Amino acid sequence: MREIAYWQAINEALSEEMTKDPGVFIMGEDVAIYGGAYAVTRGLHAKFGDERVRDTAISEAAIVGAGLGAAITGMRPVVEIMYVDFMGIAMDQLNNQIAKIRYMFGGKTKVPLVIRTEGGAGRTLGAHHSQSLEAWFTHIPGIKVVMPSTPYDAKGLLKAAIREDNPVVYIEHKMLYNTKGQVPEEEYLLPIGKADVKKQGKDVTLLSWSLTLLHCLKAAEELEKEGVSVEVIDLRTLAPLDIDTIVNSVKKTHRLVIAHEAWKTGGFAGEIAAQVMEKAFDYLDAPVCRVCGADVPMPKAPNLEKLAIPNKDTIKKAVKELLV
Amino acid sequence: MSPLKDKGTAIFYLQKMMEIRQFEDKIMDLLAQNIAEGGSHLYAGEEAVAVGAMAALRPDDFITSTHRGHGHAIAKGGKLNELMAEILGKATGCCKGKGGSLHLADVSTGNLGANGIVGGGLAMAAGAGLSIKLRKTDQVTLCFIGDGATNQGVFHESLNMVGTWRLPVIYIVENNLYGMSVSVKRASAVTDLAKKAVPYNMPAVTVFGQDVLAVKDAVEAYVKSARAGNGPAMVVCDTYRYYGHSRSDPRVYRTKEEEKYWAEQDPIKLFSVKCVKEGLLSQKDVEELDKFVENEIEEATKFAIDSPLPNDAELFTDLFA
Ligand SMILES: Cc1ncc(C[n+]2csc(CCOP(=O)(O)OP(=O)(O)O)c2C)c(N)n1
Ligand SMILES: [Mg+2]
Repeated sequence: MREIAYWQAINEALSEEMTKDPGVFIMGEDVAIYGGAYAVTRGLHAKFGDERVRDTAISEAAIVGAGLGAAITGMRPVVEIMYVDFMGIAMDQLNNQIAKIRYMFGGKTKVPLVIRTEGGAGRTLGAHHSQSLEAWFTHIPGIKVVMPSTPYDAKGLLKAAIREDNPVVYIEHKMLYNTKGQVPEEEYLLPIGKADVKKQGKDVTLLSWSLTLLHCLKAAEELEKEGVSVEVIDLRTLAPLDIDTIVNSVKKTHRLVIAHEAWKTGGFAGEIAAQVMEKAFDYLDAPVCRVCGADVPMPKAPNLEKLAIPNKDTIKKAVKELLV
Repeated sequence: MSPLKDKGTAIFYLQKMMEIRQFEDKIMDLLAQNIAEGGSHLYAGEEAVAVGAMAALRPDDFITSTHRGHGHAIAKGGKLNELMAEILGKATGCCKGKGGSLHLADVSTGNLGANGIVGGGLAMAAGAGLSIKLRKTDQVTLCFIGDGATNQGVFHESLNMVGTWRLPVIYIVENNLYGMSVSVKRASAVTDLAKKAVPYNMPAVTVFGQDVLAVKDAVEAYVKSARAGNGPAMVVCDTYRYYGHSRSDPRVYRTKEEEKYWAEQDPIKLFSVKCVKEGLLSQKDVEELDKFVENEIEEATKFAIDSPLPNDAELFTDLFA
């Protein structure tokens, strides 16, 4: 099968859905002529023109909120927020308008809106361009949250998100854009809300998403050589949460390690741990372990940045400590 | 325009502009060699704005800066060594290596900080203005923003607050024609940005931002008025950034002709030619100053490169007072 990069998989998903459905359009900062800060929308402006690939002013609240207005009146917008760090400016639109409108109006409206954004550390950009804020969004009922780790998932899940009649926050990772993976030529969709068991194992379940999932796979590979059998699950969608896949795995391995780049305090691992306790307490042989980002703003210094987020070695260490 | 009378002042303005230019050229080098990591939004081409505006201030005045903040930090009196070290994320940096280019600030100079968020300094500047009013001092706050930032909601909220309460805040709008790749024409319903001050009841003027004295004169007049209790104002400075928005920017959104036009309006060249023509400086003075600054920048670079990274324990310090 051909291999393409993560950014390309996203680009293809956008292009295919725009070709298929004239209601789909893109707007955001520097998405048209520039092709996106991380070049994800490159070529789309040339292909679809000014009306459907729109550069906006630097106005995050209006970008996200206008996405809602267009979505509830017959369009299927994909809006881009260049860095997830800038979502703070648009949070009222997301929390009070987008997430609630259908429920508040008795289910009489649909919100087919995708908010594509990008997060994570790794480029020493400091505190305003390195965050992992998914827990902000998972906390809000009424929004689906997708965080793919591979080109294959990125494409299939984005196509599904665009066809969804509900708001989806779709979060890419800046350190994944150039990673490559197999993606079929022929069309496919992936279901939102389904975790993916990447590797079977029996001693411990290692759960993650986005870039950290790749660290987990490497950690599992090394642990395997050291005699530890690790089951690795890529959550892919955080909301709605595929708790069944997690619980089924824990029933088999009896141990759970959750790794993510976001801050530990109030991070999504805490929610998963609570649900696993509620649903599978008797199956656990050890407390659920979290390997997460340090609870500090991301420092600029490259050594401190590395220290602030999980990596293969810290994940391995946590797994081993859980097993003794 | 006020004539420049003394050589010392001329040298000071020229030196500051040269420091910014050479500092930025050096950062570009360091990025290309991967000695500097991450991004940097360079101020080259816009030097006259920061230097002219800061020339109207006292050391105890405040500024809020932007993502393109190196020039502001230098012009407000930040030390080159510490600024360079900060950009490399070193322990000797003015923010101990925790801020970096996007959060560059020597806060001891009254610089309330560069900002990774476009428009991030706007409300802060209003608050600094309010604090001046409540503390009954005659300080002022200069709020630097780009043309792009005038389209943020917080721009309008902040200007309304400052306009209503008549706070001593002066907005320095650096109109370099683009917010990243999007031209003012494509991003703003009003392209004469000075008009954006009108609904908030503050005077505004547009100046040629490549002329350090024009910037200084305009800002000085408003600073004087604000110190006297007459409230806020805006100075729109027409200027241009020489480099791309970031290192990877192929600059397809602007033309070679436009870049050439602005290269001819170089603020350092314009000012040094003027000083020589008026007999304030000799060509030799200018060349010597250039050499002097080159040495300063070399020294700062060496200091930064030779400095250690922060200790690992620094990860958890400084979160709370
Ligand atoms: C809230 C927010 N939105 C978007 C960005 C990404 N970004 C960084 S600089 C920039 C352009 C800013 O334009 P302008 O205000 O004109 O300043 P300039 O870069 O031209 O100096 C953009 C879009 C950001 N850092 N913060
Ligand atoms: Mg600009």
